[in-house]
Amino acid sequence: MKNEFKVIADLIEKDKRVLDVGCSDGTLMKFLKDNKNVNIRGLEISKDKVQKCIAKGLTVIEGNAEKDLVQFPNKAFDYVILSQTLQAFLDPELVLNELLRVGKKAIVTIPNFGYWKVRFHLLTKGTMPITKTLPDMWYNTPNLHMCTIKDFVHFTRSRNFKIFKSLALNNDSISLINKSNLGFKNFFSDLGIFLIEK
Amino acid sequence: MNTNKNIKTLIVKKSLRLDCGKTINNYPIAYETYGALNEKKDNAILVFHALTGDQFVTGKNPVTKKDGWWSYLVGPDKAIDTNKYFVICSNVIGGCMGSYGPSHNDPNTQEVFGINFPVITINDMVNAQENLLDHFGIDKLFSVAGGSMGGMQVLQFVSNFPEKTKTAIPIACTSSHSAQNIALNELGRQAITADSNWKEGNYLSKDTNPNKGLAVARMAAHITYLSKKGLQEKFGRKLQEREDLKFSFDADFQIESYLRYQGSVFVDRFDANSYLYITRAMDYFDLSRKFKGNLSEAFKKTKAKFFIISFTSDWLYPTQENKDIVIALNSIGADVGFVEIESDKGHDSFLLDVPDFLSAVKNFLEKSYLNS
Repeated sequence: MKNEFKVIADLIEKDKRVLDVGCSDGTLMKFLKDNKNVNIRGLEISKDKVQKCIAKGLTVIEGNAEKDLVQFPNKAFDYVILSQTLQAFLDPELVLNELLRVGKKAIVTIPNFGYWKVRFHLLTKGTMPITKTLPDMWYNTPNLHMCTIKDFVHFTRSRNFKIFKSLALNNDSISLINKSNLGFKNFFSDLGIFLIEK
Repeated sequence: MNTNKNIKTLIVKKSLRLDCGKTINNYPIAYETYGALNEKKDNAILVFHALTGDQFVTGKNPVTKKDGWWSYLVGPDKAIDTNKYFVICSNVIGGCMGSYGPSHNDPNTQEVFGINFPVITINDMVNAQENLLDHFGIDKLFSVAGGSMGGMQVLQFVSNFPEKTKTAIPIACTSSHSAQNIALNELGRQAITADSNWKEGNYLSKDTNPNKGLAVARMAAHITYLSKKGLQEKFGRKLQEREDLKFSFDADFQIESYLRYQGSVFVDRFDANSYLYITRAMDYFDLSRKFKGNLSEAFKKTKAKFFIISFTSDWLYPTQENKDIVIALNSIGADVGFVEIESDKGHDSFLLDVPDFLSAVKNFLEKSYLNS
């Protein structure tokens, strides 16, 4: 179980309605279903992964978040989760707006491009950074719109999204991000986790 | 009328008012079952057949001596595991494998109905079949499943009887027949009625058969069940038992010979009037019509867990039409899963050995049964 998933699970209250966008093989869904007794649905683009979810007894719809979130009515879910996928969309802003339309709250996690290892890699090697959370080469990465924790915070402010909680993850350590430590967290965190509302 | 002794029949006493306004009663429904109903009676799956199917889902069909139409999916240790589940399937009314249909006698005239049989709908078929639940003392089915017209019946069943099934698996189907679907069916009907042996539907009493027309209808329909790629890979331009073209209208190409064969075996097992009635029922199918075009309303009362499946190469009931059902269900917060299965085999994929499809159904049922 990824640390990220444990943090996400802690942000979710019991017995709620949850949609996991880009639910992959359903690991997080299964964990939430078993531990939080949530009514959970998944949306996943890969046929193989949808099959894996079905084999776990999860309710998953094969589909593309950029096109297929439209089918859900406003505020159909208490929480919508988007784990490390925002950067892979053609139009991340559209997806964020959709998440916050179908969900009362959204939990968005982003691989932090401001992480010191990423900066160091580019600075010293002069090639596109490869890290644990960014494992692909420039030519085969699905990521189109990388951002830093700071970028994301600035973006949410500019769009008037409310951030309820921002957390920074670095290996096993989880910490809160606030106004005063933003630069610091942006440097030392691998992943940012945000609970937001429109 | 098929009076084979291998056909089990339930005579339904309760009268049924059909959509056309006529009422039928004391009518037969021919059915078959596989596996055993458990003590709690919670392991029953009602399977609905497609246009030319029948109640003989799996094993040897005792009438045609061929394998049952869903032998890949249903049987011991298969996706719909008859060691575990009690599978019921019945011939639709209007059909020709023992259920009330146009080859039966009209009780009023004691003559064969022919086209005097009332025009039936998918709704009528489902309402008739629901009597099987009473017959077996089942309050709630574990699942309803079917592909193509069988899938339409699944949707209609859940809409009509929202409390009577825990899960529903509509496969490769639609919630309303498209203009293209209707056009293709009309082509088949025209082929039958243009055959001079059809005799205005009275061929049985005149001891003849519109076999040529029915075969053409089947040939045309058969093309719609396959994909262009599938046909090309299987047949291409290969010639049929000859070195070169014959410059005649003989079956030079393997695909021609194949289609002719499909037509010829079909007429041995299917009744031309039934073909007219059942295709008509499919054309009349539009589940949202009763709800002023709002499909979601059709499912509003159900808590059933849906699993919708489509196939990439199915152009008869394409993925988008299946997805429209998913969308309607999502908009009312229903429990719905969906997967599009990769297959070159066209609409027929649901009847064939497509491993991803078979495992998806197996996993869905197994997990749903555990959690029920």
